Amino acid sequence: MNDKIYKTILFLVAAIIPLVCGGIIYALVTDAYEAFEHFGFFRFLTSKEWSYTEGAEQYGALPFITGTLMTTLLALIFCIPFSLPVALFVGEYFKGTKIAAILSTVTDLLAGIPSIIYGLWGFYTLRPIIMELGISSQGSGILTASLVLAIMIVPYAASLSAEFIKMVPNDLKEGAYSLGATRAEVVRKIVFPVAGSGIFSSYILAIGRALGETMTVTMLIGNTNNVPDSITSTGNSMASIIANQFGEADDLRLSSLIAIGLILFLITAIINMIGKIMIKRARIS
Amino acid sequence: MKKIFLSIITVIVALSMVSCGGSSNTNGRKSQELSGSGATFPLPYYNVIFEQFSELNGDAVAYGGIGSGGGIRNLRDGIVDFAASDAFLSDKEISEMNAVIHVPTCMGAVVLAYNLDGVDELNLSGDVIANIFAGKITKWNDSRIAELNPNVTLPDETIIPAYRSDGSGTTFVFTDYLSKVSEMWANNFGTGKSVNFPVGQAAKGNPGVAGVIANTKNSIGYIGSEYAFAQKIPYATIQNINGELVKPSSESISAAASGVIPNDTRCSITNSDAKGAYPISTFTWIVVYKEQNYSDRSKEQAIATIDLLKYILSDEAQKITSEVHYAPLPAKAKELSLNNLKSITYDGVALSETNISEKSK
Repeated sequence: MNDKIYKTILFLVAAIIPLVCGGIIYALVTDAYEAFEHFGFFRFLTSKEWSYTEGAEQYGALPFITGTLMTTLLALIFCIPFSLPVALFVGEYFKGTKIAAILSTVTDLLAGIPSIIYGLWGFYTLRPIIMELGISSQGSGILTASLVLAIMIVPYAASLSAEFIKMVPNDLKEGAYSLGATRAEVVRKIVFPVAGSGIFSSYILAIGRALGETMTVTMLIGNTNNVPDSITSTGNSMASIIANQFGEADDLRLSSLIAIGLILFLITAIINMIGKIMIKRARIS
Repeated sequence: MKKIFLSIITVIVALSMVSCGGSSNTNGRKSQELSGSGATFPLPYYNVIFEQFSELNGDAVAYGGIGSGGGIRNLRDGIVDFAASDAFLSDKEISEMNAVIHVPTCMGAVVLAYNLDGVDELNLSGDVIANIFAGKITKWNDSRIAELNPNVTLPDETIIPAYRSDGSGTTFVFTDYLSKVSEMWANNFGTGKSVNFPVGQAAKGNPGVAGVIANTKNSIGYIGSEYAFAQKIPYATIQNINGELVKPSSESISAAASGVIPNDTRCSITNSDAKGAYPISTFTWIVVYKEQNYSDRSKEQAIATIDLLKYILSDEAQKITSEVHYAPLPAKAKELSLNNLKSITYDGVALSETNISEKSK
């Protein structure tokens, strides 16, 4: 009897999450429908017009999709040289030592800093440096946003990668050493190939984090509704256009913003799914 | 078990009696809870004024600064007692909802803040501002700017314009002014709460734009006057349509509304031809339904709403405007609004009459 009640309660509680998720998808799809119907799904995706002129409103998601993809991709590239050494340090070279524990704790701490702090740091510290160096005259832009995003995703990439590097079987490494391999050769020929798909998946999850980042990007990207033509130019990401415009939007613009939210939701879901599948494969092998 | 249940019920009943009983206020009616939402521009003023009103009348006022558009949306959904908006409703918007009344509550302006080394005084004209934000004047030492500033040495640097990334009444007032003074602006960019500026960078809210200007040399941007005054940000003097060079101030902003105002007070007062008028000035409004019986609102709630509006229009409340960096309404606007309030009804009966009859009882 007790067991049955326990089971029922558990089932009900567990059912809440898929229900909420389903509700979000339902709300996004129904509210985005107007925009897709008005502009056509593919035209909405590929149009770079974002014009408010009353009566001739034109909303297309291309500037924001490119803005999001550019910042995310650049952040990923900038993050690799910082996160991979940390992962190797913690997971291989200094595995199990005190200093490795300290380093991994400090790295994880980065994940706990609120994004507004990163944004303010980027705005007041990094942006003037970018202007000083003459990289861009106004400081804000894709590059500035990506640099800060890169720091933000380092802990996600590093700690998960370190776990996979730790999981590489000792037998394999010892075998290589007994054949006269150096440490560098072991890392290159044994650790990377074995932990490769795991490391890859940890970067995928880091991307998932960068895609949806709103506050920091809004503060640093410059918020202009055009397709960025270089990495130093200003732009807008999918999350930042929603943060900027939602308050005063109604009718078609509101629907277009929700449509952008839906597209972001889908992109994030797909990328997370790829990451999860890769992790599963890595664990099995 | 039964005992506990009973005691809970007792507590609930007791509590509800306390809240229902309420203290009756000076007007001889029960105190009400009013809710409104909308514009963020007058938020600092409303915070002060609503609190004062609560102290005087015993009615509580909850206000959410969610943006003018959101406020109007809430009023349309009938979930608030009033909406606040920096832009008056267009004829099209009015035709889509039940009859509403606009009540101006105070005045504000948009100022041009800048960051230029060694320049303390900067004069600008509407045409020059339009050309800067359209990307047609790109250097600070352009002859058109120099002409207005004969005693200032302007640097040979690229101008970096800054504007609002979020939809905003401030942008509406600013672009409304530019559209009036520049045909080029009206044809290419137009008026709106969001406009696609061709150059520069955008930031969220007044603090965002002010932050960009403070941190970017050779930048210029537009900011709500209440924020610029409170934060003591340097701003430009603007040449009005009469050729006068006017600094934004409580007096010059109020002066902009001294011209003709239509009966429903829905009008733009940018580019005003009144003497000494700061040209980028605006009213901000509270919008209420003419018929107050909607969404199960009580008659007392309707009367409280009118009391609030009357209080805002009173001399006492208007005096506070300049203390919190806004400008008071001119007499004409107050008079028209008090008159408009008389047309508010509950179930088709004018509330101004019932209000008086109840008081006489």
